[in-house]
Amino acid sequence: MLSQALQFLFTGVTVGAIYALVALGFTLIYNSSHVINFAQGEFVMIGGMATVFLVGAGVPMPLAVAAAVALSTLVGMALEKFAIEPAGRASVVSLIIITIGASIFLRGLAQLVWDKKLHAMPPFTGDAPIAVAGATILPQSLWVLGATVLLVLALRWFFARTLLGKAMLAVANNRDAAQLVGIGVRRVQLASFALSAALGAAAGILIAPITLTAYDIGTMIGLKGFAAAILGGLGSGPGAIVGGLALGIAEAMGAGYLSSAYKDAIAFVVILLVLFFLPRGILGARGGERV
Amino acid sequence: MAARRDLVGLACLAAVVAVLPLLLPNRYFYDVAILAGINAIVCVGLNLLIGYAGQISLGHAGFFGLGAYASAILTGRYGWPAWGALVAGAAFVGVLAAAIGRPILRLKGHYLAMATLGMGIIISIVITTEDRITGGPDGMAVVPFHLFGWAPRNEEAWYWVVGAGLLASVALVLNLIASPIGRALRAIHGSEVAAEVMGVDAARYKLLVFVVSAVMAAVAGSIAAHYGGFITPAKVGFLHSIELVTMVIFGGMASTFGAVVGAVVLTVLPQFLTLLKDYELLVFGALLMGTIVFMPRGLVPSIAALVRRGRA
Repeated sequence: MLSQALQFLFTGVTVGAIYALVALGFTLIYNSSHVINFAQGEFVMIGGMATVFLVGAGVPMPLAVAAAVALSTLVGMALEKFAIEPAGRASVVSLIIITIGASIFLRGLAQLVWDKKLHAMPPFTGDAPIAVAGATILPQSLWVLGATVLLVLALRWFFARTLLGKAMLAVANNRDAAQLVGIGVRRVQLASFALSAALGAAAGILIAPITLTAYDIGTMIGLKGFAAAILGGLGSGPGAIVGGLALGIAEAMGAGYLSSAYKDAIAFVVILLVLFFLPRGILGARGGERV
Repeated sequence: MAARRDLVGLACLAAVVAVLPLLLPNRYFYDVAILAGINAIVCVGLNLLIGYAGQISLGHAGFFGLGAYASAILTGRYGWPAWGALVAGAAFVGVLAAAIGRPILRLKGHYLAMATLGMGIIISIVITTEDRITGGPDGMAVVPFHLFGWAPRNEEAWYWVVGAGLLASVALVLNLIASPIGRALRAIHGSEVAAEVMGVDAARYKLLVFVVSAVMAAVAGSIAAHYGGFITPAKVGFLHSIELVTMVIFGGMASTFGAVVGAVVLTVLPQFLTLLKDYELLVFGALLMGTIVFMPRGLVPSIAALVRRGRA
């Protein structure tokens, strides 16, 4: 009974960590530009697919991972440079449509460059489940959790200690004021797209050995990441992590105890219920609208 | 009463609908025109919500799908007359939209986008999963349309049904926009707080427009189900919702005729792009991005601005 709950918890935390990374990507871009990037899931896809194909071509795993993250980062920067920046101060909906166009474009490119098949990536270190208190956990899940913790710590260091990190926080806080004190807002925006694409690719590489990858996996995982970011409160880093984990755990528990057919619906039921009662998410800013 | 400019526009649209069949060489082209018309009906309603009230919805395919499946299930499994199923489906969607709309329309911007998106995905997952009633992922056949003994038997007949439906929708929406409701909506779009200070009951008007646009989507869904003779969950999903919003933005927000143009262009374009086979997604994505980057206000308002500048 308890071991079953523990099993669901392991599954939930693993998936939740991935949602948290994707949600952090949404948050970074939102904070620097107020854009909701619907192509975020495509970074996850690029990370997984590029790694699979590079490993298939004989490239050693660590090198393939580094190359996949670099590729995704470049794609993220290109998206900012050629689509978001030229659009200037277009309305929120227009910007959403631009990123949706980008995601369709990237999916089209992926099925041309790679293919339309499902691909399995070998786990980083073996696939023998480890027994923990009556439940089992895959070594790959430990990789997911360990890497997520490291990435979050690295982000904290980046925001607390580096000039670019502090500049990003300043822009998130108040774009105009940041520009007035001489911060290169455009450079910050470009950096946020790069960082967010790298995080997405990392998430895609970490989860690919568990869930398989294909050119069209980005849509659902992107939407769940968006849901996680909203659940935590859009724009809040800790909120994105809490939201991702909460969503992952809710999904695993719901699929285990209620109905596995409705697994994908659970995240959205949770988000609707939360929004009914907390219209700005769990850790979102409280405060009125200025007129 | 609608303004004179609207009447001219409506007359032009009617003329296009009337003359178009002379230019349609075969059944395939009729088919594309009918699909474009059905999409246009949904977009004209959705534009009321997005373009005029300034409220986004990423879940309207859910309403479209509920209308379609209501028609398919009530006529196919329970032997209802087609018009009865259509009205029942539309009424059900209206009640549902009113019930959901009340809490979610309090949300703003991206939070509203998330809520409507979630609502649409939940509807689509329920329809895909409840396969005993809906046929699941494989979809279900829909019995032909009958109205008191009359039935549209071929593409040409369906063309006139959809054409009339489109003109009625556009007339309804133009009237709504020209009425005090339209003024209230524009005030809400400008600033909700300011509108409320001036005594506009923002929540009521937003809900009204949400329900109207949902019912229009449901009716279009019923027509699409009967016309196609078959319905699958693909028409209910997130991607179809996105397609609909894209048509509205592409054509031009806050322009009823822009919504029609957007729906027509983005229905016809993919038909040609299938010729590109594997390059279809790539080119479609690039065109979509390019258009909005260079014409952020959409096709019709941007071109109208160019024409005005040319004259001056």
